[in-house]
Amino acid sequence: MRSSLMSKLEINQKLFWFLLSILGLFILVGFFSAHIMEEEGHHITGMNNQIIWGLPHVFAVMLIIISSGVLNTATLSSVFDKTLFKPLAPLSALFAVAFLISGLLILVLDLGRPDRLVVAMTVYNFKSIFAWNIFLYSGFFAILVIYIWSMLDFTVKKHSKAVGTFAFIWRIVLTTGTGSIFGFLIAREAYATAILAPLFIVMSLLYGTAIYYLLYNLICKLNKKIISLEITQNFIKLLRIFLYINLYFLILYHLTNIYISKHIDYELFILFNGGIYTFLFWLGQILLGIIIPILVLSNKNMSISSLLVIVGGFIGIWVIIIGGQAYPLNMFPNHEIVESSFYDSGVYPYTPSLYEIALGLGSIALTLFIILAAIANLKFIPIDENKY
Amino acid sequence: MNSISNSRRQFLIKSISAAAVIYIIPALSNKTLAAKPPSQKVSNKTRWAMHIDAAKCADGCTACVDACNEENGLYGFNRPKTDPQWIRKIKIKDINTDKVTTLPMLCQHCENPPCCDVCPTGASFRRIDGIVMVNQHTCIGCRYCMMACPFKARSFVHENLTQQLTTAPRGKGCVESCNFCVGRLDSGKEMTACEEACIKEGHHAISFGDLAKPLSRVNTSLKQSPSIKLRADLKLNQRVTYTGF
Repeated sequence: MRSSLMSKLEINQKLFWFLLSILGLFILVGFFSAHIMEEEGHHITGMNNQIIWGLPHVFAVMLIIISSGVLNTATLSSVFDKTLFKPLAPLSALFAVAFLISGLLILVLDLGRPDRLVVAMTVYNFKSIFAWNIFLYSGFFAILVIYIWSMLDFTVKKHSKAVGTFAFIWRIVLTTGTGSIFGFLIAREAYATAILAPLFIVMSLLYGTAIYYLLYNLICKLNKKIISLEITQNFIKLLRIFLYINLYFLILYHLTNIYISKHIDYELFILFNGGIYTFLFWLGQILLGIIIPILVLSNKNMSISSLLVIVGGFIGIWVIIIGGQAYPLNMFPNHEIVESSFYDSGVYPYTPSLYEIALGLGSIALTLFIILAAIANLKFIPIDENKY
Repeated sequence: MNSISNSRRQFLIKSISAAAVIYIIPALSNKTLAAKPPSQKVSNKTRWAMHIDAAKCADGCTACVDACNEENGLYGFNRPKTDPQWIRKIKIKDINTDKVTTLPMLCQHCENPPCCDVCPTGASFRRIDGIVMVNQHTCIGCRYCMMACPFKARSFVHENLTQQLTTAPRGKGCVESCNFCVGRLDSGKEMTACEEACIKEGHHAISFGDLAKPLSRVNTSLKQSPSIKLRADLKLNQRVTYTGF
């Protein structure tokens, strides 16, 4: 790949600044929401002492695992030597950087004490998977920057395979770390199983592939081009494989929980009598996020399928994070909690506040802002009309 | 010559006596009698623990909760979903026998605390005398400890606080929980506010003390009835134990 085969985004200046301004506005509103949350305290959000992690964490986990998964295209090129994907690889690493920055930012802004970020970056308890993740995330960022450099700069291009392989291994470890944030929680029946780590890996591969195609499609539309059939067909194959693997791990996760007798009540809750969570699980995570995309793929409609994967995926993470907390802790086995001032009994409801929604939308806007600014100024887009 | 040796002998006797008064006698008596002076370091020879006899816990009594709130300067904003609770009363019913019991629920001060395992900065920590607590200076408010606690023993401070007590540093954006009235213990009072209130009410449901002292209230109570640890299957080996349900 020579750098001359790549180009910047060919976009009307007015449209560029308009899009950037709209995204900037969402980012500002997001920051403003975070500021109010910090000034007033978290009581203005939907989160409380029962639903501890809310919508910001759903967004953060989604963005971070997408960051890992969206690097698929670069991995196919650098690690598995699929030459077709080579010109698409730098864009893939750029997307990964953008999603990572946004995911981490929303995590930091939701902290009770975001002003203590320096403490989080300097004082570590290495028994904590969170502490490990701080290294995994910041390390991933550094690796991605080097990876982009190795792909775009012809003089150091010979190192791109080595860096790409390292990035591939790193992102698998990173998503293992993200899944383990939940997998290592012995207190809650929804979690406490190591299978969450591979489940998160395959979710990241699936969502990453879907989001890459959607964003690349959008870029092509801005560039007044259409994605070549060959590329689309390859993405369809990939998405189909990841959809089936995701379904497999999801079934395995729930079967594992059914098999662990002390987790069975939670499983009955999610699968049958959990109200909104059961509804979201079957209609959102399974039907919208997996089954319909598989069916739509048979009609070769990659865009619709990808969009559904992302919507279903978001709902799926909601079910895992919010549903897992909404179900009450089993503090007294063989007993029913009749009365408590701390909402110990019964399923706890959660409605996100406008501040959390604004924070989440702001993080998506920031992702798109970074991508748009980068592709308009740097040569990230392949220009071969026939192939891409 | 004689007078010199006499005075030397007297000097030695006085010196040894003084050393005994200053060092040896307190060291011997400390184990059984005196409270730990504030300057003395926390030691693993002390093992704080609490035993709760739910059979003695009175339905409707909130003396322990009120005492905890007063001791630690806890107050609410009339928002029960977000107001902190370090100790709470829970009423449970046995699903086999329908027996109803009320009991106080608080941080269980696990010997293998999941909250400390998951805390990224080590702000959640366990003192060598067994108290699990939060360093309010290094807590970043990620709430991972709350996700990890099987007993929902921790609260996040959701509001701006004013008029905190110097003995109980607290602040918005940090996580907090029962610390066995650590300020009291470190100033030599071997009794938590909740236990004191429970005794004052005449219930004697809460017994606190040092497991290393055979005659401590907690040991006396533990000898009277077999105790259980909540969620013993998790092997957290809590220092708070229960009986009577």
